[in-house]
Amino acid sequence: MTVFLQTLVSGLLIGGIYALIGLGMTLIMGVMGIINLAHGQLMMVAMYLTYAAYTYLHLDPYLALFVVMPCLFFLGCAVQKFLLNPLMDVETIIPQNQVLMTVGIAIVLTEVARFIFSSTYLSVRTSYSTKVFFLGGVSFNWPMTVAFLLAVALTVTLFWFLLKTDLGRSIRATAQDKEAAILMGVNSRRITIITYGLGAGLVAAAGCLLIPIFYLFPDIGRPFTTKAFVITILGGMGSTVGAIFGGLTLGIAESLGATYIGMSYKEMVGLIIFLLVLIFLPGGLKRLTKV
Amino acid sequence: MKRNRLTIAILAAVFLLFPVAVTSDYYRHLAILALMWVVIGGSWNLLAGYTGQISFGHAIFFGTGAYAAGILADKLGLSAWWGLVLGGPAAVVMGLILGFICFRLRGPYFALATIAAGEICRLIAVNWESMTNGMVGILLIQSFRSKVPYYYLALALAGGSMLVFSLVMKSKWGFYFVSIREDQDAAESLGINASLYKNLSLAISAFFTGTAGAFYLNYMAFIDPEVVFSLPYISIMAILVAIIGGVATIWGPAVGAFIMVGVQETFRSAIFGLAPKWVSQSHALVFGLMVIFVILYLANGVVGDWPKIKRLVVRSR
Repeated sequence: MTVFLQTLVSGLLIGGIYALIGLGMTLIMGVMGIINLAHGQLMMVAMYLTYAAYTYLHLDPYLALFVVMPCLFFLGCAVQKFLLNPLMDVETIIPQNQVLMTVGIAIVLTEVARFIFSSTYLSVRTSYSTKVFFLGGVSFNWPMTVAFLLAVALTVTLFWFLLKTDLGRSIRATAQDKEAAILMGVNSRRITIITYGLGAGLVAAAGCLLIPIFYLFPDIGRPFTTKAFVITILGGMGSTVGAIFGGLTLGIAESLGATYIGMSYKEMVGLIIFLLVLIFLPGGLKRLTKV
Repeated sequence: MKRNRLTIAILAAVFLLFPVAVTSDYYRHLAILALMWVVIGGSWNLLAGYTGQISFGHAIFFGTGAYAAGILADKLGLSAWWGLVLGGPAAVVMGLILGFICFRLRGPYFALATIAAGEICRLIAVNWESMTNGMVGILLIQSFRSKVPYYYLALALAGGSMLVFSLVMKSKWGFYFVSIREDQDAAESLGINASLYKNLSLAISAFFTGTAGAFYLNYMAFIDPEVVFSLPYISIMAILVAIIGGVATIWGPAVGAFIMVGVQETFRSAIFGLAPKWVSQSHALVFGLMVIFVILYLANGVVGDWPKIKRLVVRSR
């Protein structure tokens, strides 16, 4: 029973961060209708920035969050403005051009990181990296718990932004019906740029929160891209509430898989869920709740 | 039509005489790889370019073909050449399974599902160690030391696949494929069994990709999951080969294969040893930059955008 509870708790904690990653992806998906296959790689960039800030400026990862998030926001805006938006005007037979472009961006980001930092495993070991506290026989990893709470805080802020501000409403309007939004005077190009930036910023936050726990190497982006993508499908494309539940579900499922099936199959659990969802519940969790 | 035949005859002569004229093993090796990519690029083009089912998972078929041949040789002690016969059918079986799952989905959803399926296959190959040797990979001994037999085999595969693709596209099937790409619902309302023809297109595509995979094993004599099930270097490369040459054209992927292999090798060899060494370390970066460049500026490929390129050249004169 304790093992089960422990598995559940650690799944839930990592799930909170997954939700943060999935939220960025789902926003981009909702507004532009494409899957961003460079999502995990953007997180990798954020992690390297955090690492650099910690090693050279001795900035705590949690404080670095406030520097790295804006950095990635602007990087995301630039990517959307100069690489993805121009594709909207190009006439081609294949509609999945933008998806392919994000793959190219992912490769470039990974290789640039490899060029600068080489493939060596790096880590940020803070004083609290391995600290643990217990609650009723279940151990809570400190940085994990902090990360979870910060992820929740960021999610709440994001929802406030989307629901209450003018810009947030424009983003939702564009996601709901682009043509109608344009007719209402929304500058849809500007919205796509801001949305991609926002997505990059959110995943950057996830990177900062993960770095005290994870090793860092250039290829770390790929599994996270896959995860983000599974979460988005699981939650229902473009559904922010769905992304939160998708993230938590994936975290718990992976954790259960790692405990009861085997560590090496952890990654596969997510992908199998993904295929099952596509077959039996296309439209994802959104379908069930109708939110 | 007559001019077309003449061009084909000249091309065939050039390719048949290539190993006689070029004795350097290095250039023969490049030609073999390029010919292999002609097969894979063409297969992708049949499914995606003509039938409109964008696959991000052609590594599944390539890997299945390669592993079918590899497991035959490694576990059953048969000659790996049997793989050339069985690799294709093995890939077709995988293709039909994939089709059963993924053809329920349309458009971008299909593309996404194929990515996931590809990753699952890679993870299975990594983890099923008793069958695939996991990350250790399968190592064989090459049958021939000379590159010439491999060259002619690759040439036969490339020529054969292109012939089949062009015949298919001229037949009734080809028109069905294109009609499904243009509008699946309209095609179905005209009585075309969309799911049957999508599966047919997938099966042909998988067959040739799988055969290319089996050929790769015989030629390179080494495979591991990260090589043959690679998302960027097989699945994306297949897309790139077709796009850079020209999607939905018969000659496009063939041209694209030679361009891609040529450009990649130019950077891998650090512009033939002229540039400093760090250039060769960045060939993966160049690959990524090429993806971006091609999609931004050559989205319809060299063959598809030929008038545009011509105009540019003429104007600059």
